[in-house]
Amino acid sequence: MADESSQGHIPTVIADEVHIVYRVNGTRGGKGSATAALSRMVRRGKGEQRGVRKVHAVRGVSFTAYRGQAIGLIGTNGSGKSTLLRAIAGLLPTESGKVYTDGQPSLLGVNAALMSDLTGERNVVLGGLAMGMSREEIRERYQDIVDFSGINEKGDFITLPMRTYSSGMAARLRFSIAAAKNHDVLMIDEALATGDRKFRVRSEERIRELRKEAGTVFLVSHNNTTIRETCDRVLWLEKGELLMDGGTDEVLKAYERETGK
Amino acid sequence: MSDTTHDGGLALSPPPSADEGLSASRLADKYGLTVSGARPGLFAYIRQLWGRRHFILAFSRAKLTAQYSQAKLGQLWQVATPLLNALVYFLIFGLILGTRKGMSQEVFIPFLVTGVFVFTFTQNSVMAGVRSISGNLGLVRALHFPRASLPISFSLQQLQQLLFSMIVLIAVAVGFGSYPTLSWLLVVPALGLQFLFNSGLALIMARLGSKTPDLAQLMPFIMRTWMYASGVMFSIPVMLADKPQWIADVLQYNPAAIYMDLVRFALIDGYGSENLPAHVWAVGLAWSLVVGVLGFVYFWKAEERYGRG
Repeated sequence: MADESSQGHIPTVIADEVHIVYRVNGTRGGKGSATAALSRMVRRGKGEQRGVRKVHAVRGVSFTAYRGQAIGLIGTNGSGKSTLLRAIAGLLPTESGKVYTDGQPSLLGVNAALMSDLTGERNVVLGGLAMGMSREEIRERYQDIVDFSGINEKGDFITLPMRTYSSGMAARLRFSIAAAKNHDVLMIDEALATGDRKFRVRSEERIRELRKEAGTVFLVSHNNTTIRETCDRVLWLEKGELLMDGGTDEVLKAYERETGK
Repeated sequence: MSDTTHDGGLALSPPPSADEGLSASRLADKYGLTVSGARPGLFAYIRQLWGRRHFILAFSRAKLTAQYSQAKLGQLWQVATPLLNALVYFLIFGLILGTRKGMSQEVFIPFLVTGVFVFTFTQNSVMAGVRSISGNLGLVRALHFPRASLPISFSLQQLQQLLFSMIVLIAVAVGFGSYPTLSWLLVVPALGLQFLFNSGLALIMARLGSKTPDLAQLMPFIMRTWMYASGVMFSIPVMLADKPQWIADVLQYNPAAIYMDLVRFALIDGYGSENLPAHVWAVGLAWSLVVGVLGFVYFWKAEERYGRG
């Protein structure tokens, strides 16, 4: 086993019977009309909140992750992978159950903090600050981030607003900003699927670097080759339940048998 | 290998099964793991927030710049918007309706413009506060930071917007015969108190709005009522002279009216202390401290729940 190598069994993330429920407003009965909303308000619901639909996204998932592991999360669309990652990161409150972590896990995702109306330059600074980097750190790494993204290879694009970028360019800059910080527990959600081939090779390299620095890595991907290359343990989620937890080959084989046909 | 055997021997000496029987919480305890996403204590929270001050400032400035970045005139709108706003109010209330009862034209125009700008500061902070969590769920669900950063950042954005408006306001004041004196410096503490008050209110609205996004629809009506009741375009004591005294008192001591009066008193020559209610600075300070502190604590109490869909 991989974790026998040096660091033994030091847990970094413990999920204990985690349940996550989303609440969606205004979808009860599929009627979105004003009269339907009004009638809902008039006959006040018993017990359940009116007009709120619950989506039970993760149902009772438990596992323990150890230092030095790279764990892949697989499952069909909507099986709760990204939701589970957010709960581990402490970004999404659990309905019941608890997640214990070593330090502050971080999600490799800075997209939401960036503003398309601002220049790439300002977005690098804003994104860095949003991830909790200090101004000095950002100043130090600024050139690396820009160089890594390759935005300036075709002219001085970094001083233009991000809305003028092609979707590939924007994705590259976002990844470069997100990957600029080192993390203890790192979670990557399909981040590898951005940019052209040249950039993908470069970003896979960077992910491997980040893995070396991080204690534990979680990776959500639909690309089984990526999972096989980077992970030594795989969790298979289906309909919010943990279907299988084990070595990469074993779980991937079962998963491919189930979905391959 | 020499160091790994030493290390490995230590780690392996309790066989993996030693942890087997432990419950999740005991295991977490043993290795010093903490609950992910738990709410920090109030003072730890303030420290975290202070650590993010650069983000708060950068975010507010980014929002401010992004606002007009598509317009051809660009950042010129920062000044043009309040100027046009002041013109509209001057046209309706100054020329057509003539609500300047008890005031000369030289006092009324700066009085009106000050009222509009100062009230807009509170109004926009509240409106942005309501949406600060519910409108930024993507951000809340992607990154870690004390959530209070968002409402405070939006209030800060409005403060910067107000500073642009002050350029217009100073021009209007000078144009109507109020020249810079030492008393103009009183604008700084007055707006400081108002900023504290606005931030507290934005924090309260942010928590309410995160649970009930419908508030964003309701707020414009509440804010408009508040605006008309605060004497933005008329003098409360003059207009309500024949009504029972307590009505005028309630309106005059409401925070929006207090902050407007403080700025007017500082800027306008003909607007002396006889127009202000008693203990006006103490009341302004009390409002900002009470709402600021209460709002902060109220917001912090739900810190771990923001981001739930």
